[in-house]
Amino acid sequence: MAHDSGTRTLISHAQLRRGRGKVVYWTLLTVVVVVFTLVFLGPLYWMVTGALKSGQEIAQTPPSLFPRDPQPQNYVDAWNNLDLAKLLFNTFYYAAGALFFQLVLDTAAAYSLSKLRPVFGNAILGLMLATLMIPAMVLIVPQYVTVIDLPILHLNLLDSPFAIWLPLVANAFNIFLLKRFFDSIPEDLMAAAVVDGATPLRTLWSIILPMSRPILGVVSIFAVTAVWKDFLWPKLVMPSPETRTVSVGIYAFSGGTPMNVVVAASVIAAIPTVVIFLLFQRNIMSGLTTGSLKG
Amino acid sequence: MAITTVPGTTRPGRSATPYAAGPRRTSLGRKVRDNLTGHAFLIGAVLCFAVFSWYPMIRGVVMSFQRTRRGETTWVGWDNYARILDDPSFWTAWKNTLYFTALALVLGYAVPFFVAILLNEFRHAKGYLRILVYLPVMLPPASALFLFKYYAYDPSEAGLFNAVLAALHLPTSEWMQSPGMTMPAMVFASTWMNMGSAVLIYLAALQNIPGELYEAAELDGAGIWRRILNVTIPQTRLILLLLAMLQIVATMQLFIEPLILANGAGAEDSATSVAYLIYQHGFFQNDLNGAAALGVIMLVVLAGFSAVYARLTSKQD
Repeated sequence: MAHDSGTRTLISHAQLRRGRGKVVYWTLLTVVVVVFTLVFLGPLYWMVTGALKSGQEIAQTPPSLFPRDPQPQNYVDAWNNLDLAKLLFNTFYYAAGALFFQLVLDTAAAYSLSKLRPVFGNAILGLMLATLMIPAMVLIVPQYVTVIDLPILHLNLLDSPFAIWLPLVANAFNIFLLKRFFDSIPEDLMAAAVVDGATPLRTLWSIILPMSRPILGVVSIFAVTAVWKDFLWPKLVMPSPETRTVSVGIYAFSGGTPMNVVVAASVIAAIPTVVIFLLFQRNIMSGLTTGSLKG
Repeated sequence: MAITTVPGTTRPGRSATPYAAGPRRTSLGRKVRDNLTGHAFLIGAVLCFAVFSWYPMIRGVVMSFQRTRRGETTWVGWDNYARILDDPSFWTAWKNTLYFTALALVLGYAVPFFVAILLNEFRHAKGYLRILVYLPVMLPPASALFLFKYYAYDPSEAGLFNAVLAALHLPTSEWMQSPGMTMPAMVFASTWMNMGSAVLIYLAALQNIPGELYEAAELDGAGIWRRILNVTIPQTRLILLLLAMLQIVATMQLFIEPLILANGAGAEDSATSVAYLIYQHGFFQNDLNGAAALGVIMLVVLAGFSAVYARLTSKQD
């Protein structure tokens, strides 16, 4: 949307197209593009190339802009010594399960609250939304105690992926987003389905879900990236080296590992979310701006 | 998490629902069946909320008044709170956390707003600039923080920041090794990592400002600053207040920055945060009850902020 000249903003288009305005505009744009590239891409460049430098080169003053003698070995060491394949697989597995449970259970709940509207539905929605006010850090200890000894069932979920999957279903924000989207689907469509004898499940599957692809996409992307970015909760509930997520694994190894190898591992750990972002940036941007949320 | 409504996307259907005991057949059996169906769709999510959210909330409060030793739980009244308040690190942690929150509000809060105003004026390279600003948000925080820890905040002149400062003939810093720089350095890293989402939310809000308002202000002879002051800020006031509140809540939970950048406590305890203290009590000092009490105190403080926020927003409407 480079040339959406439709809306008027702070400064008028005419002013930016003429004489001095034009010069100022192009100067400022160039400066901003250069500065932003340095500020936001610069550190990433530094990270990727820094991890290619030898231990001596990284400690030299002033630092070199390009690695003089690239050491891909740092990345190989990171991959092998930290068992990154295993860590990445774990994280991917948790993310996939979290996505599945959130899509199924939160979509069903939002559909019920929006279209089926059983008794006490609004009270339940209120209680769900109230959890948005409670900071995660406040709940961390009682949640942990609950997970190591589930009420009634007396199961210990430590090292079980359910300890990551199920708490993530209790995401009021997802339910709010989905419900609001379902609310905007006309009731007439539903009524037509009912006349045709469709069950509620059938209506959800054949009418609501196909119309809700954009919002389902947004919820999915945020479900996956949330697992990838989370740190403290997986650190607590996945204590064994075999079940760690990639962020926790790198942190656990950071003490006894050369720093270039730690950074190389950090680069590898960041690749999946960056790729997801570049692939789906349009959906993410529109999710942020129309759904408007902050994680 | 922030919630904002964007006009035109929602129109809650208030007309008759086809499934909810509608006008079609209102026999009692039908009503019961419809309600049961509705609750069947809800049950999975409700159970997850109950077990992992509602119950822990209550349990946290209860735990803060108990003490568990060798499997035996006894009711100890306010003992945990007394013990926590007696500990000097409690006050250090709160001082640090509030300092971080204040500093993030001063340094980090205005930046995304002005970046959004700037980006909103550009007719070119919009997509590229947005991607740049949002890119750090997508990095796992641990990855980004190791970059800062090892490469950017290296106290020698081999570090990225010191190299830049030295090249500009500015004084270099010891960063995380100097108690005075710990907090500003953490605020900087945190702002870099997180500002992208605020920028995008502001951009969406800015695009909803009717252009006529700017035109009218310009006809009245208002310059750029006056237009920002009299049109942009009042028109985005609710979003600005909402994000301020959310930022306060988020920064008060400061945890991973001190854990990774400062190895927890930092130079001369300059980095210990309340959340880090909760973690220490709960998972290293075998004091889950004390940690629960710390959590309740944090909740009360944040509820206080929310109350102030609610007053601020309701008074002006």
